[in-house]
Amino acid sequence: MSEILSSSAAALAGKLSAGELSARELCQKFLAALEADGHNCLIGVRGEEALAEAEAVDAARARGDKLPATAGLPLVIKDNIVLRGKLPTTCGSKILHNFASPYDAHVVERLRQAGMIVLGKTNMDEFAMGSSNENSAFGPVKGPVAQDRVPGGSSGGSATAVALNLAPLALGSDTGGSIRQPAAFCGVVGLKPTYGRVSRYGLVAYGSSLDQIGPLARTVEDTALLLGVIAGHDGRDSTSADEPVPDFSAGLGKGVKGLKVGLPKEYFPDELDKNVRARVNEQVEKLKAGGAKIVEVSLPHTKYAIAAYYIVATAEASANLARYDGVRYGHRSSKAGDLLEMYRNSRSEGFGPEVQRRIMLGTYVLSSGYYDAYYLKAQKVRTLITRDFTEALGQVDVLLTPTTPTPAFRLGELMDDPVSMYLQDIFTVTINLAGVPAVSVPAGAVDGLPVGAQVIGRHFDEQTVLRVAASLEGDE
Amino acid sequence: MSETKWEAVVGLEVHAQLKTRTKTFCRCSTQFGDEPNSHTCPVCLGLPGALPVLNREAVEMAVRTALAFGCTVHEESIFARKNYFYPDLPKGYQISQFEKPFSSGGSVTARLEDGSEREIRLTRIHMEEDAGKSIHTISASGTAVDLNRCGTPLIEIVSEPDIRTPEEAYGYLTRLRQVLLYLGVCDGNMEEGSLRCDANISVRPVGREEFGTRTEVKNLNSFRGVEKAIGYEMERQISLLESGGKVKQESLLWDAERQSARSMRSKEEATDYRYFPDPDLLPLVLGKQWIEQIRQNLPELPELREKRFGKQYGLPARDAEVLTARKEVADYFESTARLAPGTEPKKVGNWIMAEVMAAMGEHNIGIDEVGVNPEQLAGMFALVEQGTISGKIAKQVFEEMIASGKSADEIVQARGLVQISDEGELKRIVREILAGNQPQVEQYKSGKEQVFGFFVGQVMKATRGKANPQVVNNLLKEELSD
Repeated sequence: MSEILSSSAAALAGKLSAGELSARELCQKFLAALEADGHNCLIGVRGEEALAEAEAVDAARARGDKLPATAGLPLVIKDNIVLRGKLPTTCGSKILHNFASPYDAHVVERLRQAGMIVLGKTNMDEFAMGSSNENSAFGPVKGPVAQDRVPGGSSGGSATAVALNLAPLALGSDTGGSIRQPAAFCGVVGLKPTYGRVSRYGLVAYGSSLDQIGPLARTVEDTALLLGVIAGHDGRDSTSADEPVPDFSAGLGKGVKGLKVGLPKEYFPDELDKNVRARVNEQVEKLKAGGAKIVEVSLPHTKYAIAAYYIVATAEASANLARYDGVRYGHRSSKAGDLLEMYRNSRSEGFGPEVQRRIMLGTYVLSSGYYDAYYLKAQKVRTLITRDFTEALGQVDVLLTPTTPTPAFRLGELMDDPVSMYLQDIFTVTINLAGVPAVSVPAGAVDGLPVGAQVIGRHFDEQTVLRVAASLEGDE
Repeated sequence: MSETKWEAVVGLEVHAQLKTRTKTFCRCSTQFGDEPNSHTCPVCLGLPGALPVLNREAVEMAVRTALAFGCTVHEESIFARKNYFYPDLPKGYQISQFEKPFSSGGSVTARLEDGSEREIRLTRIHMEEDAGKSIHTISASGTAVDLNRCGTPLIEIVSEPDIRTPEEAYGYLTRLRQVLLYLGVCDGNMEEGSLRCDANISVRPVGREEFGTRTEVKNLNSFRGVEKAIGYEMERQISLLESGGKVKQESLLWDAERQSARSMRSKEEATDYRYFPDPDLLPLVLGKQWIEQIRQNLPELPELREKRFGKQYGLPARDAEVLTARKEVADYFESTARLAPGTEPKKVGNWIMAEVMAAMGEHNIGIDEVGVNPEQLAGMFALVEQGTISGKIAKQVFEEMIASGKSADEIVQARGLVQISDEGELKRIVREILAGNQPQVEQYKSGKEQVFGFFVGQVMKATRGKANPQVVNNLLKEELSD
């Protein structure tokens, strides 16, 4: 049984299509594992609905219907991706604790078309705001490697579920590192696609110009597989790109011979944890050994990235979260004597402290008299950062950096220090600002705690990013 | 009292609902008057995760309008979020345009009562989405919200503060509405809210450059209401200033029943809308060619058409104005004139202004609903020209055409209304009449020529109006001179 749970999605897909395993059986095994989860990975488990879908796949297969290779594969999705059905879509927030979506997200439609089965909705930092998964109205997720450590965030539930073999695959969302950082902390693979690669229709917005849905898995191959299912143009998202979707696994196993890999010097500062540096350097050695050419590059505006990110993301969030007002759905305060009181109390009771902090920050930076100094300036910085990447990626095929400055920290360790918490994202937010794709791939461990290496590529070149990531994979 | 002469400085903000089939950012119907909340979807309900996609038809109509008013249409514009909380605004922000609207400049020519014209400059026209409707009258305990209107496309037409009198405001709005209807982009119905107007009003002594403190008057639901509200607010501000008071910058709500304005409770505490570019929408990029194509396809606008009517059809200015006030009427006139080449266009125009428009007014209907189309009307004119019926009979025939939907020919045949032009028959009748009214004949012969009309009347009576009046005139003169 544990052999099945720890199998890769690709291997499971092979067993399913060969008839060695029924979708129902597979689904049951994972559901049982999810039920036994002691890490608080899931906010909601689907149970019967998932089993019925698995049975439908089995029946179709028995009839001899032509099914996609992924049919019957189970996965979990982050609870900010809307899914029609019994489970609410909570975003890890009290304000949406009872919100049942009447429609499916674009990625959910894609999963359904691929015959994949959503087992449940994963825990997350409220509205994807956080780097530790401690900001959840449903309690923190405990790290998969050490229970007193955070799993990272905001897709902490997705990363932990995959790391603990509670699901072979998961979807997360990444606004400033929310897929890659937990992937690094949990020792799994997590990819943020190019902005526009995956439709945001049905992803509950945090920072709309930064948000992307992406896959988490235990192998690069599985990551490519899930990306292939969810990628592609969607007319309901005006920012969705009408770009051809290649076979993302085409470059896997081809090695890195002849590729140019850039090491941006700003991502290896003197203060960098020496163990993290050592692990990433080991990856650099692997690439060298594989025949890649390593060059140092510069992304000179990196130092402004955190500030720019927290202005842009919170500004957008302050408007995106205005709809949670207690009028039509979600939490409404019982203390609602008049309209203003209803707004105030519903929102004060419904949102957690970090969300409130970011709404206030975002409201402030957009306020008349401050707009130019903050929002407008941040947009200018963003343009410069994007140019940095375009220039650097004009010289090299991919960039390699640490995913995070440290391995997983302790639960509660940074809760009273928001600035240190925000600095967790120092190596990841730039990628969202520039809109380029990046993957975090396991790069060994420091004192038993996993560390990730981040591979960053050109817009819409996930293929090369995954190809390089695959060559870093493995023990050797 | 002081001797100061005052003038008003007024700018109008007009919201016009575009007549698209679907909403601005989703595919819900824009149908008015249906079951509350029946035209909604995740997008216009502002559900978590839903995203806007711009309606091309709305952009096309907006651009058409801007071009018609001579605005500059910008190749790139930005949609921005206007943030405020209100229950009929599901997203907590309205998608509008702020710093970079799709058009700017342009003007509207207002015509005043005395026929003179005033050019009112436009600041800009921008696109935005409408909010839903809060209905406070449904229950005592709360407010109901209908989101059918939410997301309907609007254009906001903002004028420069060029308006100086209530009458100019009326003329401005009349021309604005006329053009919108000509363009087919808005139905112009103020009662249903498809055209809404807010007025920014201040006063200053004539001759002074600087503006006074302005107030914004809202809830203006007719053009006359706008005119009255501006007049009211001018007087209020003037008497306030003359008595040493100060105008307070505030929003006022016009009460049409009481003919007065009262101070409005603010929608929210702060008025900082924190506009910023909507990250869900890309900059709106309009191709030069597309804009040109729309310009090429603009219909003839009322001002030009009015001038042309004067020239081409020899119509007096007043007739040309009345006939071009509404596009359907102007179209109707032109079709009829074309189909009745034997009839003087002025006569066609007179008939439409008198008979056809009377029928429209009587039943409060559009010209398409009168029941007589240009072809049928031209048929009637043909009978008059041929001398088959007289002008007097024509009126009877027209009324019956409206009532029955039959052609003039059919009615004339069926009712035996054909004009008697046969001289032999008419001479016989004339002689009979004269023979039977000798005293009047004597009077006439003794110089009392007014009696002539009496004879005409008698002939008409005897022929039930069918006698050709020209022939009767000639015959009577002939017989009486003997």
